[in-house]
Amino acid sequence: MSVSVTINGTSRIIDADPETPLLWVIRDELGMTGTKFGCGVAQCGACTVHQDGIPIRSCQTSLQDAEGTSITTIEGVSGKAADAVRSAWEELSVAQCGYCQSGQILAATALLSETPKPTDEDIDAAMDGNVCRCATYARIRQAIHVAAEKMEA
Amino acid sequence: MFHFMKDQIQAAKPSRRSFLKMSAAGVGGFILAASLPGASRKAFASEGDFAQPFVHIRPDNKVVVLIKHLDKGQGTATGLATLVADELDADAAQIETNFAPANVELYKNLAFGMQGTGGSTAMANSFLQYRTAGAAAKAMLVAAAARKWGVDAATITVSKGVVTSASGQSASFGDLAALAANEDVPAEPVLKTPDQWVYIGKSFPRVDVPAKSHGSVGLYGMDHQAENMLVAVLARPPRFGGVPTGFEAAKAREVKGVVDVVQVPSGVAVLATSTWPAIAARDLLEVTWDESGAETRSTDEMAKELADMTATKGISVPGSHGDAEAAIASAAKVIEVDYAFPFLAHAPMEPLDITVFFDGEKAEFWTGSQFQTIDQMVSSKILGLTPDKVTINTTWAGGSFGRRAQPDSHYFAEAALIAKARLEAGNAAQPIKVVWTREDDIRGGYYRPMVAHKAKVGFDDKGQVTGWSHRVAAKSIMQGTAFEQFAMKDGVDATTVEGIGELPYELPAFQTEVHNAKTPVPVLWWRSVGHTHTGFVAETMMDRLAKEAGEDPLDYRLKRIKNERLAGVLKLVAEKANWSTPLPEGRYRGIAAVESFGSYVAEVAEISFREDGTVKVEKVTCAVDCGLPINPDNIVAQVEGGVGYGLGAVLRNEITMTDGEVDQSNFDTYLPLRMTDMPKVEVHIVPSTEAPTGIGEPGTPPVGPAVANAIAAAKGEWVTVLPFSRHGYA
Repeated sequence: MSVSVTINGTSRIIDADPETPLLWVIRDELGMTGTKFGCGVAQCGACTVHQDGIPIRSCQTSLQDAEGTSITTIEGVSGKAADAVRSAWEELSVAQCGYCQSGQILAATALLSETPKPTDEDIDAAMDGNVCRCATYARIRQAIHVAAEKMEA
Repeated sequence: MFHFMKDQIQAAKPSRRSFLKMSAAGVGGFILAASLPGASRKAFASEGDFAQPFVHIRPDNKVVVLIKHLDKGQGTATGLATLVADELDADAAQIETNFAPANVELYKNLAFGMQGTGGSTAMANSFLQYRTAGAAAKAMLVAAAARKWGVDAATITVSKGVVTSASGQSASFGDLAALAANEDVPAEPVLKTPDQWVYIGKSFPRVDVPAKSHGSVGLYGMDHQAENMLVAVLARPPRFGGVPTGFEAAKAREVKGVVDVVQVPSGVAVLATSTWPAIAARDLLEVTWDESGAETRSTDEMAKELADMTATKGISVPGSHGDAEAAIASAAKVIEVDYAFPFLAHAPMEPLDITVFFDGEKAEFWTGSQFQTIDQMVSSKILGLTPDKVTINTTWAGGSFGRRAQPDSHYFAEAALIAKARLEAGNAAQPIKVVWTREDDIRGGYYRPMVAHKAKVGFDDKGQVTGWSHRVAAKSIMQGTAFEQFAMKDGVDATTVEGIGELPYELPAFQTEVHNAKTPVPVLWWRSVGHTHTGFVAETMMDRLAKEAGEDPLDYRLKRIKNERLAGVLKLVAEKANWSTPLPEGRYRGIAAVESFGSYVAEVAEISFREDGTVKVEKVTCAVDCGLPINPDNIVAQVEGGVGYGLGAVLRNEITMTDGEVDQSNFDTYLPLRMTDMPKVEVHIVPSTEAPTGIGEPGTPPVGPAVANAIAAAKGEWVTVLPFSRHGYA
C-alpha cells in the first residue's frame, strides 16, 4: 500500500506498511539517517521531526498518521530559527556524541519559531522530552538563548 | 598479548617536569613513517597524496588527521587534530579527521599496548606522538619547498597553512603535498616550545559539531547503509547466562520483509530487509532457553550476598598501613557504615549496532569500535581468518561511557556468528547490520557492578580517627577476561578498589580487603569505573569523620591531605563556591574531591529541596587539574557532562532484577537526567604545565558524594544505599 507524505518539501509516495513508524520510513526507506533511533517509545526525543511545523516523535507516528502532512527532518529544516539554532550550536560547541542533537535542534527550532524570546522555564518545558546522555543541557540552554539573540539581530 | 597494566600506563606517562622537553625517541616506539596498509591507503589516500600514518595532506589542501581513538563524544578527534594542526602550523579550517583502521602496530594506545580507547588515556598517550607527527609533516613540507625553490630550509616559515620563503615564494600545503611525500621522514623532528603553540592550551574548533548539527549521512554505526543490506534484531535470553535451545518462527516469518531466522549462542536473530520488520518480527518469536547456568536471583538477594561478604575477611588490597583492626579494637568509639551500590546501565543515546560483511575470505565491520585490536582478534578467530583479513571501519559513536570497550567483543562476536551461519547455510554474502533496541541495551548487561562497602572506623575520645578497616565486595570486571592475567594481581582487581586501596588523606591506620563475587550478570567499566563507588564512599566518609572531629569538612580534608594537586583543586573550588560564606535559607552545600586517571577534580554541590522533598541540585562548582589543558573549552564541556552523567545515576538510576529478570526496559523505567534536572555547572581549570591527563571520566566521581554531603548537611541523614530515589530524595 502506498502513502503520500511531503518530506522536506518534496512530495513522496511511499510503498510500505502504513503501520510502519515514520522514523523507520525516513531512515530505511528514504535513507535519511539524521533522524535518530534512541528509544522507540517516545521517551528520548532523538527521533524528533516537525509535522506541519509541530515537533513530534517519529518513532510513535505511523506512516498513515503522516499521510498528507508536511514532515521536516534535520536534513531539511531551514529558516531564521533553524539557522540561528545551528549557528549557536556551532558557536558554543554544544554537541558531544551528537546522537541526540538532531532532535534537540528540531525541538529548539520549534520553540524559537513559537517563542522567539524564551525564558528558562519555556526552555525547560519545550526541551525536557529530549534526552542527552552526554548531559549537554547547560549548553543547549545557553545556545537557545544565543539563538534568540541572533534572531533579533 | 596485551600489556594492560597499571605500571605500563604509568610507564607511558612522561615524568613530571621532563615531558615538554622529550623527543619522539623517548616516547617508546611509535611509528611515524610507514608504508600504509592497503585498507588505509584505499580509504584515505590517493596516489600523489602526502600519506603518513597520522597525517594525510591532499592536493586540495585538506589535512586529514588519522584518529587512532574512538570519539564517542569526549572530543578526542578534536584533541588529536589540535596537536597535529599546532605543530604543522595548519589553518584550523583545512583540518579534517578520519578514524584510523585497525592496525595495532601503527595505532596502538601507548598506554595499553593495543589499539583501544579507555581510562581517559587518549590525550595522555598521544600528546607527543601526534605532535611529533605534525612536526614531521611540517619538516617534510619545508624540505620540499626548499628543494623546489632552491633555497635554504632555514629561510622558510610556515604559518596558518602557508609555506613562505624569505625571498617571497609561497605555497599551500596542497601544492607541496606530492613533493613532500618524497622527502625523508625526520626521526626526531623539532617540536615547538609551549610559547610557540597557537592552538594547544587556547582553542580549536570542534571538528564534529557542523556534521552533528546537520544530521549528516553515515556518521554513526547505526546509520551505516549498504546495497542489499539485511538488518538483524535478536531475541535475547530473559536471564543472564541463558542460552537458546530452539525456536518457533512461523509467525515471525510471516512479517513482510523478514528473510531469515538464525540461532546463535547469544539469542535468535530475525533478519529482514529493513529495521522495523526485524523489530516487529523479533517480538513474534517463541524461543526456548536453557537456563541451567542462568542467574535466577533477585538483586535484593545479590545485595545481601555482597553485604554478607563484607562481614568476613577478604583479600588484602595493597596500600594498607598500620594495624587498623587493633586500633579499632581499642578505640573509644567505633562506627560501622554499610554502603550498597546498584547495577548501572550505560545507556548511551546510540544503542549498540554493528554492520558486518563476510564473504568467506575476508570480513569488514562498521561500528564505533573502542578496542579495535580485541574486536579484530575475536572476530577473525570466529570467522577463521587472520586478523589482517578483518577490516574495521570505526565510526563516530553516539556515546559509550565504557559500553563499547569490550574485553570479550561480544557484539562483534555475535555479528560474526550470524554472518558465518548465513554463509554456511549456503546464502550469498550480504552486509548484515545488527541493531540493539533500547530494551536490548537496558536489559543487555555489561553493567557497572553492584557493589557493597563496609567502612569500620575507630576514634579516640576527641573524635580523631585511630584506624579504618574497609571491605569491598563486587564482581570483578577483569576476572574471566583476556585482561585477567595482567590486570589482576593476587586476586585483586584494581578496577574494583581503585580509590579506596589507599586514601589521599593521612590517617593513622588504614586497610582494605576485597571479595570477588560471582554472578552470570556481565559487568563492565562505566564512566570512571571503580571511582563511581569508591569516590562516593571515601568522600562521604570524610564528611562523617569531620563531623566526629567537630571540624569543617573542607578544613578537615586540607589538614590531612597528602597530595598537593588534590589540595589545589579543593582550595580553588572552595574559593570559587564561596565555601566560607553562609548560604541563603533553604540552600545547602557539600564538597568532594576525587583523583581519577591522573586528574584531580573537586566539586561543591549547592542544593535545595522541592516541596515534595526531592533534591534540586542548583549549582555544581568544579575545579579541575588535568595537567596542561590542551582544549580548555572541551575540558569544561567534559566536566559539565561528567557532572550530569554522575548526577543522573545517583539520583535515580538502578538496574534491578526479579528472579533474574531485569525490571527496567527503557527510558520510562531507567530514568535519564533531563533538562529540568541539570544544575548550573561552573568549571575552573587549574593552569598547569604538568603532563596532560584525561578528562572524559574525572568529572563524574565527585558529584555524587558532594550532593550526598549536602543532603547530610541539610537533613543529618547520610545516604548510603543508592540511588537517592530510594530515600525519597529523587
